Amino acid sequence: MTNLRNRLIFSGQFVFTLLVAAFLIVPALLSMLAGVTVNYFTGIRSGLTLQWVIQVWELYADTIARSFVIALAALAVTLVVGVPAAYALHVRGGRFARIVEEIITLPLAVPGLAIALALLLTYGGFSDFRRSWLFILAGHVVFTMPFMVRSVMAVFSAIDVKTLDEGAASLGASPWRRFRDVIVPNAKPGILAGSLMVVTLSLGEFNLTWMLHTPLTKTLPVGLADSYASMRLEVASAYTLVFFVMIIPLLVAMQIYADSCGRKTARR
Amino acid sequence: MTHKFFTRLCLVPLIAVIAAFFVLPMLRVIVVGGSGDMGLHAYAAIILEPRFRATLINTLVLASVTTALSLAIATIAGLFLQRHRFPGRALLVAMLTFPLAFPGVVVGFMIILLAGRQGLIGALSLPLAGEKWVFAYSMQGLLLGYLYFSIPRVILTIMAAIEKLDPSLEEAARALGAGPWAVHRDVILPALMPAFIASGAIAFATAMGAFGTAFTLATNINVLPMLIYTEFTLSANIAMAAALSVGLGLVAWAALALARAFSGGTVAAAG
Repeated sequence: MTNLRNRLIFSGQFVFTLLVAAFLIVPALLSMLAGVTVNYFTGIRSGLTLQWVIQVWELYADTIARSFVIALAALAVTLVVGVPAAYALHVRGGRFARIVEEIITLPLAVPGLAIALALLLTYGGFSDFRRSWLFILAGHVVFTMPFMVRSVMAVFSAIDVKTLDEGAASLGASPWRRFRDVIVPNAKPGILAGSLMVVTLSLGEFNLTWMLHTPLTKTLPVGLADSYASMRLEVASAYTLVFFVMIIPLLVAMQIYADSCGRKTARR
Repeated sequence: MTHKFFTRLCLVPLIAVIAAFFVLPMLRVIVVGGSGDMGLHAYAAIILEPRFRATLINTLVLASVTTALSLAIATIAGLFLQRHRFPGRALLVAMLTFPLAFPGVVVGFMIILLAGRQGLIGALSLPLAGEKWVFAYSMQGLLLGYLYFSIPRVILTIMAAIEKLDPSLEEAARALGAGPWAVHRDVILPALMPAFIASGAIAFATAMGAFGTAFTLATNINVLPMLIYTEFTLSANIAMAAALSVGLGLVAWAALALARAFSGGTVAAAG
C-alpha cells in the first residue's frame, strides 16, 4: 500500500519536473531549429538551410564583434580595478570597507533601466562620450563589478589570506610584490569564476544597453531586439542561435568549474 | 610604502569608477525626478496619479505571483531532484538551470515561440481544442516569461539549501511517528525558510525591474519598467521617468534589504 503510494508520488514529481524542464528547454530547441529551417511555418519538411545564419552574419556581424569587444573591455576593467579593491576591502575590514562593499553591490538591486537613465542624464551632454561604445562600457562595468569583487572576496574569506600576507611581509617583501606574487595566485579560483560571470553577463546585457546604445553602437542583444521586432522568424531564430553558440560554452565552463570547486571544498 | 597606504591605493580606482558612473548619476536622477513641472510632487504622483498607481500595482502583483509560483515549482522539483538518483538526473538539472544567463529579450522570444502567433501551444491546441491559443502578448504571456527567467535562479538556491538539510532531523520526526506531510510541513519547509526568503527576494526584485521581456512582448502591457521607458522616450517626460526610476529602484532595493535582514545571508539580484 505505502509502496504503491510512494511510487505514485515519485511518478507525479518526476512528471512535474520533466514538464518544468520541457517548458524551459523546448522553446530554446525550437528557436535553434527555426534558425536552420527553410520555412518555419511549413516546418522541418521544407528542408534545412544555413541561409538565415549567413544573412544574420551579413546584417549583424558588427554587433557580435562589438559585444565581444565590450565584454573583454569590461573584463579588463573589472580585473584591474576589482581585484586589488577586493583585496583591500578584505584586509582593511571595518565600517568603511562595509559601506564601500554595500555601495558597489547596489547595482544588483537597482534595475538596469534606472542606472541607464542616470548615466544618460549625467553624461548625455558629452556627445563624443555619449556616441562611443565606451558609454556602454561604463554601464557594463558598473553592472558587472560587484560580481568580480564579491567572487574574489569569497576566496579571500575561504583561505587564510592574512597569514599568507604576513608571512611574505616578514620575509621582507614589499606590499606590491606580496600582492603580485602571493595574493593574486591564491585568489585565482575567484578571479576565474568572476571573469566567467563578467563576460557572460556583459554579452547578454540588454536593460542598460538598450537605453545607452546609438544606431552606430548596437550590441548583440540590442540587435536581437531589433530582429525580433522587424525580421522574419527564421532570421530572428538564426540570430538567437548565434547567441546561444556564444553563451553556452561559457555556461558549461561555469558549471564544470563550480562542480570541481564544490568537490574540492567537500573534500576539505 | 606602508601596507596601509598600499591598500588605500588599491581602493582608489574602484571608488573613482563607482562614484563617477554610479553614485553621482544616481544622485542626479533623484534631483532630476524632483525638478520637473511638478517639482517634488512627481514622487507623490507615482502613488496618487491613477495611471501610475495602476501600473505600480500591476507590477507588484505580477512580481509577487511570479515569486510565489517560482518558489512552489522550484521546491517541488528541487526536493525531487535532491532526493532521488536516477540516470539522466544531471541532464535534467542542467536543463533546469540552462536559461540562467538568457537576457530578457531572448526570454521574450522564447515565449513568442511557445505562445505567439506561430507558437507551439497554438499549433497543439488547434487540433486538440479546436482553437488556436495565442497569449504571448498578454499578461499571461508576460507571467510565463517572468517564470522562465525566475525558475532557474530560484531552483539553484533551493537545491543548495535542500542539500544542506540535516537528515537526522527528518529521521527523528519520522521515528516519533510523523507522516510524510507532517515531516514536510513541520521539518523540511521551516528549515528551507531562509532559502525561500533569499531566493524569493531575488526573484521579486528581478521581476520588478525586468525590462527586456516586456519590451519584446510589447503591446500594451503595463509594467513599471515599460512605463519609465515610454515616459522617457515617447513622452519626453524626463522628470517623471526619473521619479519612477527612483521609486522602482527603492522597491527592488527594499525587497533585497528586508530579505537580508531576515535571512542573514547576502542576497543579490541580476538581469
